[in-house]
Amino acid sequence: MSLLDKYIVTEHEVLVIGAGGAGLRAAIESSAHGAKTAVICKSLLGKAHTVMAEGGVAAAMGNVDDRDNWEVHFSDTMRGGGYLNNQVMAEHHAREAPARVRELEAWGAVFDRTKDGKILQRNFGGHRYPRLAHVGDRTGLEMIRTLQDHGVHQGLDVYMEMTVVSLLTSGGRVIGAMGYDRERGRMRVWRAGAVVLATGGIGKAYRITSNSWEYTGDGQSLAYHAGAELMDMEFVQFHPTGMVWPPSVRGLLVTEGVRGEGGVLRNSEGRRFMFDEIPELYKNQVAKDEEEGWRYVCGDKNAQRPPELLTRDHVARCINREIKEGRGSPHGGVFLDIGWIKERIPNAQAHIKKKLPSMYHQFMQLAGVDITTEAMEVGPTTHYVMGGVRVCGDTQMSSVPGLFAAGEVAAGLHGANRLGGNSLSDLLVFGQRAGEHAAKFAKSAKSDAIDSQQLEAETKRALEPFERPEGENPYAIQSDLQNSMQELVGIVRTQKEMEQALDVIGKLKVRSARAGISGHREYNPGWHTALDLRNLLTVSEAITRSALERKESRGAQFRDDYPSRSDECSKFNIVTRKGADGSMQLEHRPLSPLRADLAAIVEKMK
Amino acid sequence: MQGGGFKDYSVEVTDGMVVLDCIHKIQAEQAPDLACRWNCKAGKCGSCSAEINGKPALMCMTRMETLPPGEPVMVEPMQTFPIIRDLVTDVSWNYEVKKKIKPFKPRKPDNADGTWTVFQEDVERSQEFRKCIECFLCQDVCHVLRDHHKHDEFIGPRFLVFTAALEMNPLDTENRLADLKDRDGIGYCNITKCCTKVCPEHITITDNAIIPLKERVVDEFYDPLTMLFRVFRARS
Ligand SMILES: Cc1cc2nc3c(=O)[nH]c(=O)nc-3n(C[C@H](O)[C@H](O)[C@H](O)COP(=O)(O)OP(=O)(O)OC[C@H]3O[C@@H](n4cnc5c(N)ncnc54)[C@H](O)[C@@H]3O)c2cc1C
Ligand code: SF4
Ligand code: SF4
Ligand code: FES
Repeated sequence: MSLLDKYIVTEHEVLVIGAGGAGLRAAIESSAHGAKTAVICKSLLGKAHTVMAEGGVAAAMGNVDDRDNWEVHFSDTMRGGGYLNNQVMAEHHAREAPARVRELEAWGAVFDRTKDGKILQRNFGGHRYPRLAHVGDRTGLEMIRTLQDHGVHQGLDVYMEMTVVSLLTSGGRVIGAMGYDRERGRMRVWRAGAVVLATGGIGKAYRITSNSWEYTGDGQSLAYHAGAELMDMEFVQFHPTGMVWPPSVRGLLVTEGVRGEGGVLRNSEGRRFMFDEIPELYKNQVAKDEEEGWRYVCGDKNAQRPPELLTRDHVARCINREIKEGRGSPHGGVFLDIGWIKERIPNAQAHIKKKLPSMYHQFMQLAGVDITTEAMEVGPTTHYVMGGVRVCGDTQMSSVPGLFAAGEVAAGLHGANRLGGNSLSDLLVFGQRAGEHAAKFAKSAKSDAIDSQQLEAETKRALEPFERPEGENPYAIQSDLQNSMQELVGIVRTQKEMEQALDVIGKLKVRSARAGISGHREYNPGWHTALDLRNLLTVSEAITRSALERKESRGAQFRDDYPSRSDECSKFNIVTRKGADGSMQLEHRPLSPLRADLAAIVEKMK
Repeated sequence: MQGGGFKDYSVEVTDGMVVLDCIHKIQAEQAPDLACRWNCKAGKCGSCSAEINGKPALMCMTRMETLPPGEPVMVEPMQTFPIIRDLVTDVSWNYEVKKKIKPFKPRKPDNADGTWTVFQEDVERSQEFRKCIECFLCQDVCHVLRDHHKHDEFIGPRFLVFTAALEMNPLDTENRLADLKDRDGIGYCNITKCCTKVCPEHITITDNAIIPLKERVVDEFYDPLTMLFRVFRARS
């Protein structure tokens, strides 16, 4: 009996791991290039994180303000990212996003419209002009459903509710993946000429997060253990507005769209505290008073944005400050008020329900708060990771041949901080590129035999927790990690606390090796949680080590012991790699200087 | 994994908890292998469908204080689909059905840059149907599927809504009426409106989607004026 008889083995040219926006877009493209393509996802099709995105997808179409174009979008993205972005990616993204959004319309997406019948665009933090194409506050649903419904007619093989636990390599190249199906717990092998990681983020490393159980850093960790480089892992975005009450929904996202539609932040004294501190980089782009801010919301082209629409890192820190200094709301947040716009427009209640229907329902049903008349209580929540797999800006290939990455799992586009709406466009632009280049790579790759020793070892690791029915509860280990990351590597960081965090992570690694589970392999969430631990611990260590190494405050990283930007630190990205001895190695990777024409654009838009 | 029955767990309930929180608490503290589906915890992904005290609902949007105090809370999987384990059912039939429905086929772009000119009024109908989160609660409650098991002849309310979204998309040029009448079994629906009542997205499934589709099917295949005309000739 051959070894492969123990596994269900399937053959593909391109294997896409993940069925969110990035994975589906990559698969559609790969298939269009004639590659036999498979998609794997942990949940059912159409349930990936992308479905939760609310506010919109950024693309400089200029439908609402014709002064917008790719150059403005490019410079907004670079400024937001603290200039640590991969310039090649930022350029492709700004140039290609409009075409990618229009293509969705051709595939059946139904966006909200302008008065003259074009795709409507809304304001969002850090974007100079109204730029987010949207459908009320359920843009992600529209996007994933469009890609899913189009994708199933493109001849893709879809493997739902299956989880990849390891990438298979041969001679330094990726040749497939190994994993299990949730339903029966059978082990499976997918052989492929190229693999695209589109697995999303890491939010479950923290206690308070807008992310679901899927976000355990699988793709980052799979890539790392296969020898690929990670980059910018210190940059974790804390979204300023998550729900704070009731406790069971703590962290659930309140879309930035609320502020885009005129919502304002106030502290317990009723003060609009966001006017109190305007960062240097944005001082020419902020309204001087409430009046001008409102005019901006209404589309007055001569007005500047209200300070609530500054970048997320800044807004989150201001909220944090208000709470810490005792001016918070009863449940430890601040107030976000959209109902006040009734002072300015007729039919405000109907308008809010039309523009923000799912926010209205979310608060009504989960908190018993009517947002058209009452203020919401909000506070920061772990939301997005800018860092991830380091890729080539043109092809999305990682440092391991045959391994590609797109979407939240990849690093580069967003630098030190992502602008709202730039993720959905990221998925489309780089999903498309990854799909194309993976297909081309696969066509020219020769097939290599699977290393049976590697496969056996990985299978043994995956099944080990069953041998310890009396072992430690994996949920308890996960929750201890989440608490430590939340307390020690959160919005405000210090060397001392992060060193403590490394210590905790070391101990948790030992405990996770003893994690055990009862029951059998069929749909057993305890087992899945035990297997996720390695991924969570890997990304947590990468975040903490990188954050320690970056001795400055920039974008999403704020260090109490190094509170300002350092010129020295503006010259490199931090790259993480698994060393020969298995330990985590860090390196300062110099940034290449901005190409002259791009530098001129940045200068012009200052 | 067939068979099985209720098992009791007792859970301490605090302010604002929903049913899904209680299930998670049981997983974390008492039964790590208890199987359920969920993702968003905010009524956006449609994963956590179940029957709570006999009523099809999303576990993440059902607050504990809306349930009768002091009585046990009965949580069961959806009954219309085969059970996989605990609260998880095999909903793959839905994905098969959807694949058979003719996809979106837009008219030629209106403008040279490949875009269309469409107004908000024209897309509103379709947008209502596109709010669907594919929780399949409407499929679960529909008696044609649940009690009469017509899975081979009837696509169910979810896919009537899906078809309506396509048919009422102002750009679409495909015709799905013959399919609706024959293969999709729209005639089985006798407008009991049970589906509309359980839809967590408050889509007016019956009034806005199914009834207009039924009317279109009737208009296309049983033109009443034509029938009246024939009767007339026979008499003369
Ligand atoms: C509440 C919320 C609102 C947001 N709003 C916006 C917004 O308005 N605009 C915006 O631009 N961005 C927004 N974002 C961010 C954006 O939605 C995400 O960054 C983006 O959807 C990620 O897409 P993705 O394709 O990279 O991954 P996902 O959509 O998360 O998909 C990941 C896929 O990978 C699969 N997967 C993961 N690990 C494995 C494994 N080991 N084996 C097999 N499969 C695996 C998962 O099952 C899933 O199918 C929001 C995020 C949240 C949480
Ligand atoms: S109205 Fe029609 S589709 Fe809806 S539950 Fe009743 S019979 Fe089923
Ligand atoms: S129509 Fe409503 S009930 Fe039916 S699947 Fe969609 S969201 Fe669920
Ligand atoms: S978990 Fe997404 S709808 Fe309940």
